[in-house]
Amino acid sequence: MLKIATTQLWVHDQDEALAFYTEKLGMELRSDVTVAEMGNFRWLTVGPAGQEISVVLMAIPGPPVMDAVTADQVRELAGKGFAGTVFLTTEDCEASYEELGARGVEFTERPEERPYGIDSAFRDPSGNHFRLTQVRELAER
Amino acid sequence: MAFVPPARHLLRAKDLADARYFEPLDVDDLARAAGLSRAHFSREFRRAFGESPHAYLLTRRLERAAALLRTTDRSVADVCVSVGLQSVGSFTTSFTRTFGVSPTAYRAAFPPAAVHALIPACVVHAYSRPQRSTFREDSVTTHG
Repeated sequence: MLKIATTQLWVHDQDEALAFYTEKLGMELRSDVTVAEMGNFRWLTVGPAGQEISVVLMAIPGPPVMDAVTADQVRELAGKGFAGTVFLTTEDCEASYEELGARGVEFTERPEERPYGIDSAFRDPSGNHFRLTQVRELAER
Repeated sequence: MAFVPPARHLLRAKDLADARYFEPLDVDDLARAAGLSRAHFSREFRRAFGESPHAYLLTRRLERAAALLRTTDRSVADVCVSVGLQSVGSFTTSFTRTFGVSPTAYRAAFPPAAVHALIPACVVHAYSRPQRSTFREDSVTTHG
């Protein structure tokens, strides 16, 4: 069976991203390893408590990994909101909205009734798009 | 201080249009959200997203209006006000110019669309927003 273990988001600043994902979203720090012999590459991952999946908070590299023009394009795409999307679920969208809002998460959509459940949206500091959904089946269970 | 590409500020303005289209929001409000002067903002927004902020806000409103026409039985006037537009006359004109049919005819052409129920709202918003390159109001913004 295939399982999704780790996925990646581009971030503009790893320290800022780490603070956002752990302090505001309440995720766990999974690994934070800086490798001197790899040009101080920093492998930084976080994940939601109780779940195996991790998200790599990946700095946008420069040459020789990524040429400067491409790196600028990726930075700009992330800033425009076209680089990444994550779909989160919650058992109570309104409560999560209140909780995250109180910690300073800026929502782009308040919780609203949709055919598939109650849905809201926010962005991380880099522009990655998050949906936060109380899926209909969960709500009715 | 974290590095923030200029586009990130423009995205704040775009997000504001998506989040608060039902309020009496205008391009000045969007420019403020991006922290730019109105003229500079309109130029930079167009460069980043390929259309003027005015066109983006208006097509967001028309997209939401179309969704309300498809999924509710609210009157055209109610739909117009619900998406942040003031004048039913110019709403009907913009709508007809964009979708090729009047709001009433548009509604009649769409049976209830339960088949789309599982598609996330953001996808619906993104993919059903109409594209137009010839808003009269744009030329004012561009040359003004």
